[in-house]
Amino acid sequence: MINYTNEEIFSVRFKNLSKSFGEAKILYDLNFGIHRGKITTILGFSGAGKTTLMKLILGLILPTEGEVIVLDTVINKIGELELREFRRNFGMVFQYAALFDFLTSFENVAFPLREFTKMSEEEIKEKVLSLLDSTGISIEAAYRLPSELSGGMRKRVGLARGLALDPHIMLYDEPTSGLDPITTHVVYDLMRDTHRRNEHRGFTSIIISHDIHATLKYSDYIVFMEKGRVVEHLDVESFKKSENPVIRRFLEL
Amino acid sequence: MLAFFEKRITNLGETVMDLLNGLGSFTNFTLRTIFWTFKPPFRFKLLFDQIYFMGNKSIFIIFLTSSFTGMVFAIQIYLGFKAINTDSFIGPLVAIAMAKELAPVLTGLVVAGRCGAAMAAQIGSMKVTEQIDALEVMGINSYQYLAVPRILGAMISMPMLSAIFLIVGYGGSWVIGVKLLQIDPILYTQKISDLMRLGMVAEGLIKATVFGYLIGIIGTYQGFRVEGGAEGVGKGTNMAVVWGMITVLVVDYFLTSFLAKIL
Repeated sequence: MINYTNEEIFSVRFKNLSKSFGEAKILYDLNFGIHRGKITTILGFSGAGKTTLMKLILGLILPTEGEVIVLDTVINKIGELELREFRRNFGMVFQYAALFDFLTSFENVAFPLREFTKMSEEEIKEKVLSLLDSTGISIEAAYRLPSELSGGMRKRVGLARGLALDPHIMLYDEPTSGLDPITTHVVYDLMRDTHRRNEHRGFTSIIISHDIHATLKYSDYIVFMEKGRVVEHLDVESFKKSENPVIRRFLEL
Repeated sequence: MLAFFEKRITNLGETVMDLLNGLGSFTNFTLRTIFWTFKPPFRFKLLFDQIYFMGNKSIFIIFLTSSFTGMVFAIQIYLGFKAINTDSFIGPLVAIAMAKELAPVLTGLVVAGRCGAAMAAQIGSMKVTEQIDALEVMGINSYQYLAVPRILGAMISMPMLSAIFLIVGYGGSWVIGVKLLQIDPILYTQKISDLMRLGMVAEGLIKATVFGYLIGIIGTYQGFRVEGGAEGVGKGTNMAVVWGMITVLVVDYFLTSFLAKIL
Protein backbone atom coordinates (compact mmCIF):
# COMPACT_ATOMS: atom_id res chain seq x y z
CA MET A 1 0.00 0.00 0.00
CA ILE A 2 1.24 3.52 -0.81
CA ASN A 3 2.16 5.74 2.13
CA TYR A 4 0.40 9.09 1.68
CA THR A 5 1.96 10.73 4.75
CA ASN A 6 5.16 11.65 2.91
CA GLU A 7 3.57 14.51 0.97
CA GLU A 8 6.73 15.67 -0.78
CA ILE A 9 6.71 12.78 -3.19
CA PHE A 10 3.36 13.80 -4.69
CA SER A 11 2.68 16.36 -7.40
CA VAL A 12 -1.06 16.13 -6.86
CA ARG A 13 -2.92 15.24 -3.68
CA PHE A 14 -6.60 14.82 -2.98
CA LYS A 15 -7.82 15.31 0.59
CA ASN A 16 -11.34 14.19 1.51
CA LEU A 17 -12.38 15.07 -2.02
CA SER A 18 -16.00 14.68 -3.08
CA LYS A 19 -17.79 16.00 -6.10
CA SER A 20 -21.48 16.12 -6.92
CA PHE A 21 -23.40 17.55 -9.84
CA GLY A 22 -26.79 18.42 -8.41
CA GLU A 23 -28.20 15.26 -6.88
CA ALA A 24 -25.67 13.00 -8.60
CA LYS A 25 -22.57 12.22 -6.57
CA ILE A 26 -19.63 11.49 -8.87
CA LEU A 27 -16.64 11.22 -6.51
CA TYR A 28 -16.68 9.92 -2.92
CA ASP A 29 -14.18 11.07 -0.29
CA LEU A 30 -10.97 10.54 -2.24
CA ASN A 31 -7.67 10.57 -0.35
CA PHE A 32 -4.62 9.81 -2.41
CA GLY A 33 -1.67 11.36 -4.20
CA ILE A 34 -0.06 11.19 -7.63
CA HIS A 35 3.69 10.58 -7.55
CA ARG A 36 6.02 13.35 -8.65
CA GLY A 37 8.21 12.38 -11.60
CA LYS A 38 6.25 9.24 -12.43
CA ILE A 39 3.71 8.10 -15.00
CA THR A 40 0.39 7.44 -13.28
CA THR A 41 -2.62 6.10 -15.10
CA ILE A 42 -6.11 6.65 -13.76
CA LEU A 43 -7.93 3.60 -14.96
CA GLY A 44 -11.54 2.56 -14.81
CA PHE A 45 -14.73 1.78 -16.67
CA SER A 46 -16.82 4.56 -18.22
CA GLY A 47 -18.60 6.58 -15.55
CA ALA A 48 -15.95 5.88 -12.90
CA GLY A 49 -15.29 9.62 -12.45
CA LYS A 50 -11.92 9.77 -14.25
CA THR A 51 -12.68 12.83 -16.37
CA THR A 52 -14.23 14.64 -13.40
CA LEU A 53 -11.04 13.98 -11.45
CA MET A 54 -8.98 15.38 -14.31
CA LYS A 55 -11.10 18.54 -14.45
CA LEU A 56 -10.64 18.94 -10.68
CA ILE A 57 -6.86 18.68 -11.07
CA LEU A 58 -6.97 21.43 -13.68
CA GLY A 59 -9.28 23.59 -11.58
CA LEU A 60 -11.88 23.62 -14.36
CA ILE A 61 -14.49 22.60 -11.78
CA LEU A 62 -14.54 22.96 -8.00
CA PRO A 63 -14.92 20.14 -5.52
CA THR A 64 -18.08 19.90 -3.44
CA GLU A 65 -15.95 18.99 -0.43
CA GLY A 66 -12.25 18.58 0.28
CA GLU A 67 -9.08 19.86 -1.32
CA VAL A 68 -7.09 19.41 -4.51
CA ILE A 69 -3.44 20.21 -3.85
CA VAL A 70 -1.25 20.60 -6.91
CA LEU A 71 2.47 21.34 -6.48
CA ASP A 72 1.73 22.40 -2.89
CA THR A 73 -1.03 24.84 -3.88
CA VAL A 74 -4.62 24.22 -2.84
CA ILE A 75 -6.06 25.08 -6.21
CA ASN A 76 -9.70 25.13 -5.16
CA LYS A 77 -8.88 27.93 -2.70
CA ILE A 78 -7.14 30.38 -5.05
CA GLY A 79 -8.79 33.15 -7.10
CA GLU A 80 -9.66 32.87 -10.78
CA LEU A 81 -6.82 35.04 -12.07
CA GLU A 82 -4.27 33.23 -9.92
CA LEU A 83 -5.67 29.90 -11.05
CA ARG A 84 -5.29 30.87 -14.71
CA GLU A 85 -1.68 31.77 -14.03
CA PHE A 86 -1.22 28.49 -12.17
CA ARG A 87 -2.57 26.42 -15.06
CA ARG A 88 0.63 27.13 -16.97
CA ASN A 89 2.13 24.36 -14.85
CA PHE A 90 -0.01 21.94 -16.84
CA GLY A 91 0.26 20.55 -20.32
CA MET A 92 -2.67 18.68 -21.71
CA VAL A 93 -3.32 16.31 -24.58
CA PHE A 94 -7.02 15.99 -25.27
CA GLN A 95 -8.93 12.93 -26.41
CA TYR A 96 -9.19 14.24 -29.98
CA ALA A 97 -6.20 16.57 -29.68
CA ALA A 98 -8.38 19.74 -29.59
CA LEU A 99 -6.04 21.59 -31.93
CA PHE A 100 -7.26 25.04 -32.96
CA ASP A 101 -8.66 24.30 -36.38
CA PHE A 102 -8.00 27.80 -37.73
CA LEU A 103 -4.25 27.51 -37.06
CA THR A 104 -1.57 25.33 -38.67
CA SER A 105 0.32 22.75 -36.59
CA PHE A 106 3.18 25.23 -36.24
CA GLU A 107 0.86 28.00 -35.08
CA ASN A 108 -0.90 25.67 -32.65
CA VAL A 109 2.40 24.91 -30.93
CA ALA A 110 3.51 28.53 -31.12
CA PHE A 111 0.20 29.72 -29.63
CA PRO A 112 1.05 29.34 -25.90
CA LEU A 113 4.55 30.72 -26.50
CA ARG A 114 3.14 33.84 -28.17
CA GLU A 115 0.54 34.22 -25.43
CA PHE A 116 2.70 33.74 -22.37
CA THR A 117 6.34 34.38 -23.19
CA LYS A 118 8.36 37.30 -24.45
CA MET A 119 10.28 35.13 -26.91
CA SER A 120 11.15 36.62 -30.29
CA GLU A 121 9.58 35.11 -33.42
CA GLU A 122 12.97 33.61 -34.27
CA GLU A 123 13.21 31.91 -30.87
CA ILE A 124 9.61 30.72 -31.12
CA LYS A 125 10.26 29.23 -34.54
CA GLU A 126 13.31 27.40 -33.27
CA LYS A 127 11.48 26.01 -30.23
CA VAL A 128 8.33 25.02 -32.15
CA LEU A 129 10.26 23.20 -34.86
CA SER A 130 12.33 21.42 -32.23
CA LEU A 131 9.17 20.34 -30.35
CA LEU A 132 7.49 19.18 -33.54
CA ASP A 133 10.62 17.32 -34.54
CA SER A 134 10.79 15.59 -31.13
CA THR A 135 7.21 14.40 -31.62
CA GLY A 136 7.91 13.15 -35.13
CA ILE A 137 6.17 15.88 -37.13
CA SER A 138 7.94 16.84 -40.35
CA ILE A 139 8.51 20.43 -41.49
CA GLU A 140 6.02 19.87 -44.29
CA ALA A 141 3.30 18.73 -41.87
CA ALA A 142 4.10 21.64 -39.56
CA TYR A 143 2.49 24.04 -41.98
CA ARG A 144 -0.67 22.02 -42.53
CA LEU A 145 -4.02 22.64 -40.86
CA PRO A 146 -5.24 20.04 -38.32
CA SER A 147 -7.94 18.94 -40.77
CA GLU A 148 -5.17 17.83 -43.14
CA LEU A 149 -3.50 15.59 -40.53
CA SER A 150 -4.21 12.01 -39.47
CA GLY A 151 -5.50 11.25 -35.96
CA GLY A 152 -2.06 10.11 -34.79
CA MET A 153 -0.36 13.21 -36.17
CA ARG A 154 -2.90 15.44 -34.47
CA LYS A 155 -2.12 13.77 -31.15
CA ARG A 156 1.59 14.38 -31.71
CA VAL A 157 1.00 18.05 -32.46
CA GLY A 158 -1.22 18.18 -29.36
CA LEU A 159 1.63 16.73 -27.32
CA ALA A 160 4.08 19.26 -28.77
CA ARG A 161 1.64 22.08 -27.90
CA GLY A 162 1.21 20.72 -24.38
CA LEU A 163 4.99 20.71 -23.88
CA ALA A 164 5.57 24.20 -25.26
CA LEU A 165 5.62 25.97 -21.88
CA ASP A 166 7.73 23.25 -20.18
CA PRO A 167 4.93 22.17 -17.83
CA HIS A 168 5.49 20.32 -14.56
CA ILE A 169 2.49 18.07 -15.03
CA MET A 170 1.30 16.57 -18.30
CA LEU A 171 -2.25 15.25 -18.53
CA TYR A 172 -3.44 12.90 -21.23
CA ASP A 173 -7.17 12.34 -21.63
CA GLU A 174 -7.74 9.02 -23.41
CA PRO A 175 -4.68 9.75 -25.56
CA THR A 176 -5.09 6.81 -27.92
CA SER A 177 -8.83 6.91 -28.35
CA GLY A 178 -9.76 6.36 -31.99
CA LEU A 179 -6.27 5.24 -33.03
CA ASP A 180 -5.31 1.90 -34.57
CA PRO A 181 -3.18 -0.49 -32.42
CA ILE A 182 0.11 0.38 -34.11
CA THR A 183 -0.40 4.14 -33.83
CA THR A 184 -1.56 3.60 -30.24
CA HIS A 185 1.83 2.16 -29.34
CA VAL A 186 3.67 4.84 -31.31
CA VAL A 187 1.81 7.51 -29.31
CA TYR A 188 2.48 5.71 -25.99
CA ASP A 189 6.17 5.36 -26.89
CA LEU A 190 6.26 9.07 -27.58
CA MET A 191 4.57 9.83 -24.25
CA ARG A 192 7.04 7.63 -22.40
CA ASP A 193 10.05 9.15 -24.22
CA THR A 194 8.77 12.62 -23.47
CA HIS A 195 8.39 11.69 -19.83
CA ARG A 196 11.88 10.19 -19.59
CA ARG A 197 13.42 13.28 -21.22
CA ASN A 198 11.83 15.55 -18.61
CA GLU A 199 11.92 13.18 -15.63
CA HIS A 200 14.96 14.87 -14.08
CA ARG A 201 12.91 18.00 -13.29
CA GLY A 202 10.12 16.12 -11.53
CA PHE A 203 7.90 15.99 -14.63
CA THR A 204 4.71 14.10 -13.81
CA SER A 205 2.53 12.36 -16.38
CA ILE A 206 -1.10 11.59 -15.62
CA ILE A 207 -2.97 9.45 -18.11
CA ILE A 208 -6.73 8.99 -18.07
CA SER A 209 -7.46 5.74 -19.86
CA HIS A 210 -9.39 2.53 -20.04
CA ASP A 211 -6.80 0.83 -22.25
CA ILE A 212 -5.52 -1.79 -19.81
CA HIS A 213 -2.81 -3.35 -21.98
CA ALA A 214 -1.03 -0.12 -22.91
CA THR A 215 -1.40 1.07 -19.32
CA LEU A 216 0.37 -1.95 -17.89
CA LYS A 217 3.21 -1.51 -20.35
CA TYR A 218 3.83 2.21 -19.96
CA SER A 219 2.78 3.30 -16.44
CA ASP A 220 4.69 3.42 -13.17
CA TYR A 221 1.55 3.60 -11.01
CA ILE A 222 -2.09 2.80 -11.54
CA VAL A 223 -5.10 4.30 -9.77
CA PHE A 224 -8.09 2.09 -10.42
CA MET A 225 -11.45 3.80 -9.98
CA GLU A 226 -14.96 2.47 -9.90
CA LYS A 227 -18.18 4.42 -9.31
CA GLY A 228 -16.38 7.46 -7.94
CA ARG A 229 -14.15 5.58 -5.52
CA VAL A 230 -10.51 4.50 -5.68
CA VAL A 231 -10.45 0.72 -5.66
CA GLU A 232 -6.66 0.35 -5.75
CA HIS A 233 -3.62 2.61 -6.09
CA LEU A 234 -0.59 0.48 -6.75
CA ASP A 235 2.63 0.29 -8.70
CA VAL A 236 2.25 -1.67 -11.92
CA GLU A 237 3.78 -4.91 -10.69
CA SER A 238 1.57 -5.00 -7.59
CA PHE A 239 -1.42 -4.10 -9.72
CA LYS A 240 -0.85 -7.06 -12.01
CA LYS A 241 -0.87 -9.34 -8.95
CA SER A 242 -3.90 -7.74 -7.31
CA GLU A 243 -6.51 -10.19 -6.09
CA ASN A 244 -9.25 -7.57 -6.07
CA PRO A 245 -12.13 -9.13 -8.04
CA VAL A 246 -13.00 -5.87 -9.85
CA ILE A 247 -9.43 -5.49 -11.03
CA ARG A 248 -9.16 -9.15 -11.96
CA ARG A 249 -12.28 -8.73 -14.07
CA PHE A 250 -10.76 -5.66 -15.75
CA LEU A 251 -7.45 -7.43 -16.34
CA GLU A 252 -9.15 -10.38 -17.93
CA LEU A 253 -10.96 -8.27 -20.53
CA MET B 1 -59.43 15.48 -14.29
CA LEU B 2 -57.12 16.26 -11.36
CA ALA B 3 -54.29 14.42 -13.09
CA PHE B 4 -54.87 16.53 -16.22
CA PHE B 5 -54.48 19.80 -14.29
CA GLU B 6 -51.57 18.44 -12.31
CA LYS B 7 -49.73 17.62 -15.53
CA ARG B 8 -50.47 21.05 -17.01
CA ILE B 9 -49.25 22.83 -13.87
CA THR B 10 -46.10 20.68 -13.76
CA ASN B 11 -45.38 21.52 -17.41
CA LEU B 12 -45.92 25.20 -16.75
CA GLY B 13 -43.64 25.03 -13.71
CA GLU B 14 -40.91 23.33 -15.74
CA THR B 15 -41.20 25.90 -18.51
CA VAL B 16 -40.90 28.77 -16.03
CA MET B 17 -37.89 27.12 -14.39
CA ASP B 18 -36.21 26.59 -17.78
CA LEU B 19 -36.87 30.22 -18.64
CA LEU B 20 -35.42 31.44 -15.35
CA ASN B 21 -32.39 29.17 -15.73
CA GLY B 22 -31.84 30.48 -19.24
CA LEU B 23 -32.16 34.07 -18.05
CA GLY B 24 -29.74 33.44 -15.19
CA SER B 25 -27.20 31.83 -17.46
CA PHE B 26 -27.51 34.64 -20.04
CA THR B 27 -27.10 37.30 -17.33
CA ASN B 28 -24.06 35.49 -15.97
CA PHE B 29 -22.57 35.31 -19.48
CA THR B 30 -23.27 39.00 -20.10
CA LEU B 31 -21.66 40.10 -16.83
CA ARG B 32 -18.61 37.93 -17.47
CA THR B 33 -18.09 39.36 -20.94
CA ILE B 34 -18.40 42.90 -19.58
CA PHE B 35 -15.86 42.10 -16.83
CA TRP B 36 -13.38 40.58 -19.29
CA THR B 37 -13.77 43.44 -21.78
CA PHE B 38 -11.96 45.75 -19.38
CA LYS B 39 -9.30 43.27 -18.22
CA PRO B 40 -5.93 43.10 -20.00
CA PRO B 41 -4.59 41.72 -22.25
CA PHE B 42 -6.53 43.67 -24.88
CA ARG B 43 -6.55 41.58 -28.01
CA PHE B 44 -6.58 44.20 -30.77
CA LYS B 45 -5.59 41.80 -33.53
CA LEU B 46 -8.57 39.56 -32.80
CA LEU B 47 -10.79 42.64 -32.71
CA PHE B 48 -9.53 43.85 -36.10
CA ASP B 49 -10.00 40.35 -37.53
CA GLN B 50 -13.63 40.43 -36.40
CA ILE B 51 -14.22 43.94 -37.75
CA TYR B 52 -12.78 42.77 -41.05
CA PHE B 53 -14.97 39.66 -41.08
CA MET B 54 -18.18 41.38 -40.00
CA GLY B 55 -17.63 44.71 -41.68
CA ASN B 56 -15.59 44.29 -44.80
CA LYS B 57 -16.95 40.88 -45.72
CA SER B 58 -20.54 42.08 -45.27
CA ILE B 59 -20.22 45.08 -47.57
CA PHE B 60 -21.37 43.29 -50.71
CA ILE B 61 -24.57 41.95 -49.16
CA ILE B 62 -25.25 45.36 -47.57
CA PHE B 63 -24.76 47.03 -50.98
CA LEU B 64 -27.20 44.61 -52.53
CA THR B 65 -29.82 44.88 -49.79
CA SER B 66 -29.62 48.65 -49.41
CA SER B 67 -29.67 49.53 -53.11
CA PHE B 68 -32.77 47.43 -53.79
CA THR B 69 -34.47 48.61 -50.60
CA GLY B 70 -33.90 52.23 -51.66
CA MET B 71 -35.19 51.54 -55.17
CA VAL B 72 -38.33 49.74 -54.01
CA PHE B 73 -38.98 52.35 -51.36
CA ALA B 74 -38.74 55.17 -53.91
CA ILE B 75 -41.25 53.49 -56.22
CA GLN B 76 -43.72 52.75 -53.43
CA ILE B 77 -43.60 56.29 -52.04
CA TYR B 78 -43.85 57.75 -55.54
CA LEU B 79 -47.05 55.78 -56.19
CA GLY B 80 -48.64 57.24 -53.06
CA PHE B 81 -47.25 60.79 -53.22
CA LYS B 82 -47.89 61.31 -56.94
CA ALA B 83 -51.63 61.07 -56.32
CA ILE B 84 -51.49 64.08 -53.99
CA ASN B 85 -48.82 65.94 -55.96
CA THR B 86 -46.15 65.82 -53.24
CA ASP B 87 -43.46 63.91 -55.07
CA SER B 88 -40.89 66.54 -54.09
CA PHE B 89 -40.95 64.97 -50.63
CA ILE B 90 -39.84 61.54 -51.84
CA GLY B 91 -36.11 62.32 -51.46
CA PRO B 92 -36.24 63.58 -47.86
CA LEU B 93 -38.73 60.92 -46.84
CA VAL B 94 -36.48 58.14 -48.13
CA ALA B 95 -33.47 59.73 -46.44
CA ILE B 96 -35.21 60.13 -43.08
CA ALA B 97 -36.73 56.62 -43.12
CA MET B 98 -33.39 55.15 -44.11
CA ALA B 99 -31.43 57.05 -41.48
CA LYS B 100 -33.78 56.43 -38.57
CA GLU B 101 -35.16 52.97 -39.25
CA LEU B 102 -34.41 51.07 -42.40
CA ALA B 103 -30.63 51.29 -42.34
CA PRO B 104 -30.07 50.13 -38.74
CA VAL B 105 -32.87 47.56 -38.69
CA LEU B 106 -32.19 45.94 -42.07
CA THR B 107 -28.44 46.02 -41.46
CA GLY B 108 -29.16 44.38 -38.10
CA LEU B 109 -31.20 41.64 -39.72
CA VAL B 110 -28.54 40.98 -42.36
CA VAL B 111 -25.73 40.94 -39.79
CA ALA B 112 -27.77 38.74 -37.41
CA GLY B 113 -28.24 36.26 -40.25
CA ARG B 114 -24.70 36.34 -41.52
CA CYS B 115 -22.48 37.08 -38.52
CA GLY B 116 -24.66 35.93 -35.61
CA ALA B 117 -24.86 32.51 -37.24
CA ALA B 118 -21.12 32.46 -37.91
CA MET B 119 -20.31 33.38 -34.29
CA ALA B 120 -22.50 30.60 -32.89
CA ALA B 121 -21.18 28.05 -35.39
CA GLN B 122 -17.50 28.92 -34.85
CA ILE B 123 -17.68 28.97 -31.05
CA GLY B 124 -20.07 26.00 -30.92
CA SER B 125 -17.81 23.80 -33.02
CA MET B 126 -14.83 24.84 -30.88
CA LYS B 127 -16.82 23.82 -27.81
CA VAL B 128 -17.76 20.36 -29.06
CA THR B 129 -14.19 19.66 -30.19
CA GLU B 130 -12.77 20.72 -26.77
CA GLN B 131 -10.90 23.68 -28.26
CA ILE B 132 -12.47 25.95 -25.64
CA ASP B 133 -11.28 23.58 -22.90
CA ALA B 134 -7.83 23.73 -24.48
CA LEU B 135 -7.86 27.53 -24.16
CA GLU B 136 -8.99 27.34 -20.54
CA VAL B 137 -6.36 24.73 -19.66
CA MET B 138 -3.70 27.07 -21.06
CA GLY B 139 -4.99 29.73 -18.67
CA ILE B 140 -6.68 31.82 -21.37
CA ASN B 141 -10.15 33.09 -20.58
CA SER B 142 -12.36 31.84 -23.39
CA TYR B 143 -14.89 34.67 -22.90
CA GLN B 144 -12.16 37.22 -23.33
CA TYR B 145 -10.56 35.41 -26.25
CA LEU B 146 -13.67 34.42 -28.19
CA ALA B 147 -16.66 36.47 -27.07
CA VAL B 148 -15.26 39.95 -26.36
CA PRO B 149 -13.64 40.55 -29.80
CA ARG B 150 -16.80 39.36 -31.55
CA ILE B 151 -19.12 41.54 -29.48
CA LEU B 152 -16.92 44.63 -29.85
CA GLY B 153 -16.39 43.83 -33.53
CA ALA B 154 -20.15 43.76 -34.09
CA MET B 155 -20.60 47.01 -32.14
CA ILE B 156 -17.98 48.77 -34.27
CA SER B 157 -18.99 47.23 -37.62
CA MET B 158 -22.73 47.75 -37.33
CA PRO B 159 -22.80 51.60 -37.39
CA MET B 160 -20.34 51.61 -40.29
CA LEU B 161 -22.43 49.14 -42.26
CA SER B 162 -25.58 51.07 -41.36
CA ALA B 163 -24.00 54.28 -42.68
CA ILE B 164 -23.12 52.48 -45.92
CA PHE B 165 -26.69 51.17 -46.08
CA LEU B 166 -28.01 54.72 -45.71
CA ILE B 167 -25.79 56.18 -48.42
CA VAL B 168 -26.23 53.34 -50.93
CA GLY B 169 -29.95 53.01 -50.20
CA TYR B 170 -30.46 56.71 -50.79
CA GLY B 171 -28.36 56.45 -53.95
CA GLY B 172 -30.60 53.62 -55.18
CA SER B 173 -33.73 55.63 -54.52
CA TRP B 174 -32.17 58.66 -56.29
CA VAL B 175 -31.44 56.60 -59.42
CA ILE B 176 -35.04 55.36 -59.55
CA GLY B 177 -36.58 58.70 -58.59
CA VAL B 178 -34.54 60.86 -60.96
CA LYS B 179 -33.74 58.56 -63.87
CA LEU B 180 -36.82 56.35 -63.99
CA LEU B 181 -39.59 58.44 -62.46
CA GLN B 182 -38.26 61.71 -63.92
CA ILE B 183 -38.33 63.71 -60.67
CA ASP B 184 -36.26 66.88 -60.80
CA PRO B 185 -32.83 65.99 -59.27
CA ILE B 186 -32.55 69.31 -57.45
CA LEU B 187 -36.03 68.90 -55.99
CA TYR B 188 -35.18 65.35 -54.97
CA THR B 189 -32.27 66.42 -52.78
CA GLN B 190 -33.11 70.03 -51.90
CA LYS B 191 -35.61 69.39 -49.16
CA ILE B 192 -33.32 67.02 -47.30
CA SER B 193 -31.42 69.91 -45.74
CA ASP B 194 -34.72 71.49 -44.68
CA LEU B 195 -36.33 68.40 -43.17
CA MET B 196 -33.50 66.21 -41.97
CA ARG B 197 -31.61 66.81 -38.73
CA LEU B 198 -28.31 65.42 -37.56
CA GLY B 199 -30.13 63.81 -34.64
CA MET B 200 -31.91 61.51 -37.09
CA VAL B 201 -28.63 60.16 -38.38
CA ALA B 202 -27.36 59.87 -34.81
CA GLU B 203 -30.50 57.93 -33.87
CA GLY B 204 -29.79 55.40 -36.61
CA LEU B 205 -26.14 55.04 -35.62
CA ILE B 206 -26.99 54.60 -31.92
CA LYS B 207 -29.53 51.92 -32.85
CA ALA B 208 -26.98 50.17 -35.06
CA THR B 209 -24.43 50.10 -32.23
CA VAL B 210 -26.98 48.66 -29.78
CA PHE B 211 -28.08 46.07 -32.35
CA GLY B 212 -24.42 45.17 -32.91
CA TYR B 213 -24.01 44.51 -29.19
CA LEU B 214 -27.17 42.40 -29.06
CA ILE B 215 -26.23 40.35 -32.14
CA GLY B 216 -22.75 39.81 -30.70
CA ILE B 217 -23.87 38.77 -27.23
CA ILE B 218 -26.63 36.47 -28.55
CA GLY B 219 -24.40 34.86 -31.19
CA THR B 220 -21.54 34.19 -28.78
CA TYR B 221 -23.86 33.05 -25.96
CA GLN B 222 -25.53 30.54 -28.25
CA GLY B 223 -22.09 29.30 -29.30
CA PHE B 224 -20.93 28.82 -25.71
CA ARG B 225 -24.05 26.90 -24.69
CA VAL B 226 -23.77 24.37 -27.54
CA GLU B 227 -23.85 20.80 -26.34
CA GLY B 228 -23.47 17.49 -28.14
CA GLY B 229 -22.08 17.29 -31.64
CA ALA B 230 -23.04 18.64 -35.05
CA GLU B 231 -26.72 18.70 -34.12
CA GLY B 232 -25.98 20.95 -31.16
CA VAL B 233 -23.97 23.31 -33.36
CA GLY B 234 -26.85 23.47 -35.86
CA LYS B 235 -29.33 24.19 -33.08
CA GLY B 236 -27.12 26.90 -31.59
CA THR B 237 -26.65 28.54 -34.99
CA ASN B 238 -30.38 28.51 -35.62
CA MET B 239 -31.10 30.00 -32.19
CA ALA B 240 -28.51 32.74 -32.75
CA VAL B 241 -30.19 33.82 -35.98
CA VAL B 242 -33.77 33.59 -34.70
CA TRP B 243 -33.11 35.35 -31.38
CA GLY B 244 -30.81 37.88 -33.02
CA MET B 245 -33.48 38.92 -35.52
CA ILE B 246 -36.32 38.95 -33.00
CA THR B 247 -34.26 40.98 -30.55
CA VAL B 248 -33.36 43.56 -33.21
CA LEU B 249 -37.02 44.07 -34.07
CA VAL B 250 -38.30 44.18 -30.49
CA VAL B 251 -35.53 46.37 -29.13
CA ASP B 252 -35.99 48.71 -32.10
CA TYR B 253 -39.44 49.62 -30.82
CA PHE B 254 -38.19 50.48 -27.32
CA LEU B 255 -35.14 52.32 -28.62
CA THR B 256 -37.29 54.38 -31.00
CA SER B 257 -39.58 55.38 -28.12
CA PHE B 258 -36.63 56.23 -25.90
CA LEU B 259 -34.53 58.09 -28.48
CA ALA B 260 -37.54 60.11 -29.66
CA LYS B 261 -37.58 61.72 -26.21
CA ILE B 262 -33.90 62.59 -25.99
CA LEU B 263 -32.84 63.42 -29.57
